Amino acid sequence: MKQFYGVTLKTPLMLGTAQYPSPAILADAFKTSCASVATVSLRRESGRDKSGQGFWSIIRNLDVHILPNTAGCYTVKEAVTTAHMAREIFDTKWIKLEVIGHTDTLQPNVFGLVEAAKILTQDGFEVFPYTTEDLVVADKLLDAGCQVLMPWGAPIGSGQGLNNLQGLRSLRAHFPDIPLVVDAGIGLPSHAAHAMELGYDAVLLNTAVAKAGNPVEMAHAMALAVEAGQAAAIADPMEPRDMAAPSTPVIGKAFLT
Amino acid sequence: MIDVSIIGAGVAGLCIATEIAERGGTVRLYDRKPSIGAHACSWWAGGMLAPFCEGMNAEEPVVRLGQQAADWWDKTAGGVNRNGSLVLALGRDRSELSQFARRTTGMDVVDGKQIAVLEPDLGNHFNTGLFCASEAHLDPRNALATLLIKLQAKGVTVKTTPPTMGPKMIDCRGLSARDALTDLRGVKGEMLVLKCPDVILSRPIRLLHPRIPIYIVPRGDGVFMLGATMIEATERGRITARSMLELLTAAYALHPAFGEAEVLEIGVDARPAFPDNLPRIRKRGNVIYANGLYRHGFLLAPALARMTADYLFDGKRSEMMDED
Repeated sequence: MKQFYGVTLKTPLMLGTAQYPSPAILADAFKTSCASVATVSLRRESGRDKSGQGFWSIIRNLDVHILPNTAGCYTVKEAVTTAHMAREIFDTKWIKLEVIGHTDTLQPNVFGLVEAAKILTQDGFEVFPYTTEDLVVADKLLDAGCQVLMPWGAPIGSGQGLNNLQGLRSLRAHFPDIPLVVDAGIGLPSHAAHAMELGYDAVLLNTAVAKAGNPVEMAHAMALAVEAGQAAAIADPMEPRDMAAPSTPVIGKAFLT
Repeated sequence: MIDVSIIGAGVAGLCIATEIAERGGTVRLYDRKPSIGAHACSWWAGGMLAPFCEGMNAEEPVVRLGQQAADWWDKTAGGVNRNGSLVLALGRDRSELSQFARRTTGMDVVDGKQIAVLEPDLGNHFNTGLFCASEAHLDPRNALATLLIKLQAKGVTVKTTPPTMGPKMIDCRGLSARDALTDLRGVKGEMLVLKCPDVILSRPIRLLHPRIPIYIVPRGDGVFMLGATMIEATERGRITARSMLELLTAAYALHPAFGEAEVLEIGVDARPAFPDNLPRIRKRGNVIYANGLYRHGFLLAPALARMTADYLFDGKRSEMMDED
């Protein structure tokens, strides 16, 4: 498994911490999912006066790598400020960088993203950029100093799955050595498994688990899915073909009759 | 003979005091202020007695124990409106409704005509919704005031001097009890009180939305309570522009006449909650802690009061007790 800024993850699942019915269910879901990374969003209002302490201590007690994010930031300045707050509060150089460009689809503003990535990398951050599957943007992010890419599967919280398979495949093919994470859009375990089958190094999801009727059960399903998808990718799947190929030998049978 | 000092005259403290007094015990109440008011987070409550709707996100005890609430309030404070509650969603969020129906009980699907009968002012805006007939609501400030008046009639006053360590203390300080209850956290809520005489509603309306779910509770005389955000923070002093914008936008989407509403009050406070968002009764030495009502103050305080009194009078341990 590839390293994320020098860190080898125990499992390829990154789980968000928002929208669970309660922190107790959040903690149970993490245990069941075997997730190795917890993303946590920092609101600037609670970051400034540290009023989120009660919730943050629950996240710290999950005993997984913490990846703070800049969710809800629409400008480079907001994202950079939030990243600095997050570094101070969670004592980590990791930052999942989101610069949102569109209120309805929450699609990333890739121009702001590249700019913020450059600033944060120079400030010593290890940036996990939430981006689209655009190859050129990916290239610019790597130029900016990112060593991980996190293309979306579909809009955040939409649960639509992988909307542009070809784009995701192409990204994988062009950047074989860069850790790639499908971030956002996962609704079902099959989506997560599919991302792993494409050779992605991890999957990041939140709503699919947090908003399931039974989050803990869905966390379990996601754990199985990423494990299956990862094993499949390692196993080198067969190529699909047009012609049927019987799996039992036909030699010796009177097939010409 | 039961004789206790209760610290904190919010919804938990007043309900427990009422329950103990009703059972013939002696109660002394202590609070920072001599009367009820904005220093208690129950002052900012919505006052919905909606156990079935809350079941969407809450654990099973909330649905079960919450069903006692309407009768308890009727008996002690009166003023309970039993008009049910209505759950609605706008156009493209309609899938939220079917999910809500699937994950709750006690809901009936209603069409536009039925909605128009229930709430004539909303009839043209919505063609499907969910109606929970058995739910109720009350005006939380009136209810608290009535409990206090009735307690005062029995000779109970709220003292602002710190209590001397008596034989038994019940700590109902809410979030302030974090000094003793380390697993208690604050969940910030922001709400608005609006005056909008152009809209008449008879029951709480919940507007489902993937990002900004809101509810509106009619308080009578054209006054509405609009709530409430849920933010993992203890900060209680201020509303953000974004929260205000989201709350008002959702109200405006429910009925355009809310665009003309007068904003009477802006309320911000933090609800005390344990990790599973369920209340707890904890006995430590001579102190009984009753806390963690979260967003279910008026819904679960009656059960909390009964269970606290059951323990005091009969030594009966309840499901809310998780340690000795």
